[in-house]
Amino acid sequence: MVDPMNHPIVSVRDLAVEFRQHTGTVRALEAVSLDLHPGRVLGIVGESGCGKSVTARAMLRILDRNGSIVAGKVTLDPGTSHEQDLTALAPEGSEIRSVRGGRIGLIFQEPMAALSMQYTVGNQLMEAIRVHRDPGKEKARERAIALLNEVGIPRPETRVDAYPFQLSGGLRQRVGIALALAAEPDVLIADEPTTALDVTTQAQILALLRRLQRDKQIALMLITHDMGVIAQMADDVAVMYLGRVIEFAPVRELFRAPRHPYTKALLRSVPDLDAKPRQRLATIGGAVPQPGARPSGCPFHPRCPDAMPGRCDTKAPAPVAPGAAGAACFLVEDAAA
Amino acid sequence: MSGSLADDKLASAGQLRLTWLRFKRHKLAFISLFIVALFYSVAIFADFLAINDPHAVDARRGYLPPQAIHFFDDSGFNPHVNGMKGQRDMKTFKQVYVPDPNKKLPVTLFAHGYRYELFGLFSTDIHLIGLSTPQTLDGIYLLGTDALGRDLFSRILVATRISLSIGLVSVGLSLVLGILLGGISGLYGGLVDLFVQRVIEVIRSIPTIPLWMGLAAALPNTWSVIQVYFAITIIISLIGWTELARVVRGRFLALREEDFVIAAELVGASQLRIMLRHMLPSFTSHVIAAVSLALPAMIISETSLSFLGLGLRPPAISWGILLQDAQNVQVLAGAPWLLLAAVPVVVVILAFNFLGDGLRDAADPYG
Amino acid sequence: MLMYIGRRLSLALLTCVAISILTFIIIRLPPGDFVDAYIANLAASGGTVTAEQAQSMRHEYGLDRPVYIQYALWISRVVQGDFGVSMMWRRPVTEVIGDRLWLTMVVSFAALFLTWTIALPIGIYSAVRQYSIGDYIATMLGFIGLAVPNFLLALILMYFGFRYLGLSVGGLFSAEYAQAPWGWDKVWDLAKHVPLPAAVLALAGSAHQIRIMRANLLDELRKPYVITARAKGIPELRVIMKYPVRAALNPFASSIAYVFPYLVSGSIIVSLVLGLPTVGPLLLQALVAQDMFLAGTIVLLLGIMTVVGTLISDLLLMWIEPRLRLTGRS
Repeated sequence: MVDPMNHPIVSVRDLAVEFRQHTGTVRALEAVSLDLHPGRVLGIVGESGCGKSVTARAMLRILDRNGSIVAGKVTLDPGTSHEQDLTALAPEGSEIRSVRGGRIGLIFQEPMAALSMQYTVGNQLMEAIRVHRDPGKEKARERAIALLNEVGIPRPETRVDAYPFQLSGGLRQRVGIALALAAEPDVLIADEPTTALDVTTQAQILALLRRLQRDKQIALMLITHDMGVIAQMADDVAVMYLGRVIEFAPVRELFRAPRHPYTKALLRSVPDLDAKPRQRLATIGGAVPQPGARPSGCPFHPRCPDAMPGRCDTKAPAPVAPGAAGAACFLVEDAAA
Repeated sequence: MSGSLADDKLASAGQLRLTWLRFKRHKLAFISLFIVALFYSVAIFADFLAINDPHAVDARRGYLPPQAIHFFDDSGFNPHVNGMKGQRDMKTFKQVYVPDPNKKLPVTLFAHGYRYELFGLFSTDIHLIGLSTPQTLDGIYLLGTDALGRDLFSRILVATRISLSIGLVSVGLSLVLGILLGGISGLYGGLVDLFVQRVIEVIRSIPTIPLWMGLAAALPNTWSVIQVYFAITIIISLIGWTELARVVRGRFLALREEDFVIAAELVGASQLRIMLRHMLPSFTSHVIAAVSLALPAMIISETSLSFLGLGLRPPAISWGILLQDAQNVQVLAGAPWLLLAAVPVVVVILAFNFLGDGLRDAADPYG
Repeated sequence: MLMYIGRRLSLALLTCVAISILTFIIIRLPPGDFVDAYIANLAASGGTVTAEQAQSMRHEYGLDRPVYIQYALWISRVVQGDFGVSMMWRRPVTEVIGDRLWLTMVVSFAALFLTWTIALPIGIYSAVRQYSIGDYIATMLGFIGLAVPNFLLALILMYFGFRYLGLSVGGLFSAEYAQAPWGWDKVWDLAKHVPLPAAVLALAGSAHQIRIMRANLLDELRKPYVITARAKGIPELRVIMKYPVRAALNPFASSIAYVFPYLVSGSIIVSLVLGLPTVGPLLLQALVAQDMFLAGTIVLLLGIMTVVGTLISDLLLMWIEPRLRLTGRS
């Protein structure tokens, strides 16, 4: 077995994204580097607004009209003869479209809003199948039913003709997963796939994702703000804060010995079953700054308990190098030196 | 209790103030506000701004084309208009009047003209501009004259009074109906709501113009201008209240769930008090926006009815009545300036639409 | 679904009843009753009616009975297709109206069709290319369409047609077909004349519909399912047409219910200006002459046809909106 760490299927390097707004341009991503490996799950964790979803959309080039990639590369199949820089493709060309769905599938947070209420489940599934490799209408329908079966939807041959509003939230999210799998991509990006679901359904959907990912050796990028989901699902974890990856580590290492003060704070704020009664849940002081009012230096320094005045507020620490565990923090840099 | 009242007032003032701040960012709407204000000032000072008696008839000067004021002549600054001279048309042997370039009639500010009552109080004959020596036949006809030799410019100005006020009165009546029925509908819900909603749906699915025509035609010929005026406003508002009621009801339904209303209910305030004291102030901006969007429809309604000859009747002067003269193509071909009466209609409707849009966006930035 | 249809049907029926009551009020509004008017009319042309004759006529028409019975008598005759006699023309009302009602509907439906074909593409373009020059132009035109009352537009067109093209814009038939019996060439002649009045009528409605379409589509374009569709790798044009446009079509379609009465209303006044042989000019004549049976019948029939048009648009909406079709709620 080859070492998967050495052969990523997607590698993101120094990705930066900006949004134009009335008040000026806002940097949403800054020097983000990530690797996705076949058969592995990369968890991306962070508070809302930290750039998790923007990363996913930027990779597929489906940012909103006012957003644009200003630096960096997203390489598919790096190091192979057919490697492709997705950021260099024509924005609406056939090449990027064949990647969307065909190579990289996307699963959404809101199963209600992510499906059109105007068409049947089968219609939307068959479209996703036929747009890449059209097997004909009959075959596409069979495949749609098979997909519904695969994601654990009971009575798929009748459900295929149902409208999304006739299904429960859990079933809708299964349809969402089937949709992402329709064209057999080898990379899946799941953007908060369980946030909108109740706890029991969450567990079922996560189990389904895990099973599919293992069976098909898919590279899964799982975006969440839930440390519990990370612990359960991820192989590696990237922690994001204000558009940057501030720590990267294998999941066990991250939970056992977090490096970045922000990661430490995040882990402290997770409820603990072993906690003493009436013990207060730890919170992170302050709030995530407005995107327009980005702090100078290290973005976390205004909230950081260990911030070093004169250093953290003037200069940003070096971004996390892809592939190796590390954190973007002067404390970590100092410890290593 | 007095403390809560003061807070309440402060909150509603804050809401209005916020709306105003957002509104000022809307340039087009802001300009429109000035245009609308200008129109209403014209309506108030119509007689002062008018040059000639809008009712003065003289067949000799029928269909005079628009006339310009010349500001300069050989001797320098000397504002004047040309007078007219009688001429015999060699084909029809009729006496016709044409401008005479040799006859200069000086124009001054604050000239004496026909007598009128300013604000219905002071009798005066001062007009903004006029001939320094009033003439019987000659005059300043900036936009020409109609078949009976009445000055179109003065008539358009005076028509502003009726056309704009009829809109306001109709909207006022519609608003009373709309707030009452929409409010009851939104506040009580249930069967009452269902009933009012059905009534609104029924009214909205009836073609309005034939209905208006039928109602307006039934007004007795013997009625005075004032009676007809109010009858028309009632007819227009009977149909126009539905949209306002819809807006009011929608806001009521939304507000009913708000904490401060529930709080007022819990302390035992009466329904009427809750409605007037707590709910009404918090959607004033919405109502203002709805009103300014309803006004143009009211103005068009009056104009259409009068244009058909079923609304106000001469000697009343409204834009619709002025446009009635322009109904015939043959007449229009000879005297196209009669269509100028349409310009204020279009401008004021545009202004109200922009204003209403701006207000609506300002009142509800998310909706 | 059946409940939805039932609700719509009962509402339509209710509206028809309301219209009939309003019509009856209009008929009854002028001072004096039908017999007085008839006597006056007859007297004008030299005839006389004795007091007994008048009395028996009143009895025959039930005019000596209470108002609600008069209404019941009138409506029962109307239901049987007897709309009474036009005083002005001394002929049954149905005969006087003749083709005019259908021509009114032809013009109104043509205007409705035009409203759609104008508003749909422009609305889509305006939303997809928000804040582009084309969007600004469409918005501007939309405002002008809103601000120019359609009779004014008709007047202006008439004037320019007459002044610069030397032709009389107006009418629904060329002179040689006006009185001719119906045939294919007459239909073709009609088809050539309908677009202009339809366009005049459609302008204001289109302006309104463009705004509705633009606003709805802008809302829909922001929804996550659009991103889902993009993430599938579908071409952008197809993404937009299949998903957000399709969703924005529903409120657009339901607004037809309000546009159609408005078009019928407008056709009355535009017909007067453009001299169209629709019920418009006839209604005005009838109202001025206080020929109330004729006027009332026109108001009633226009109202009912509008209700039918609205009902059709409701059913259309049900047909295109799966959620409404399957659950009766939208």
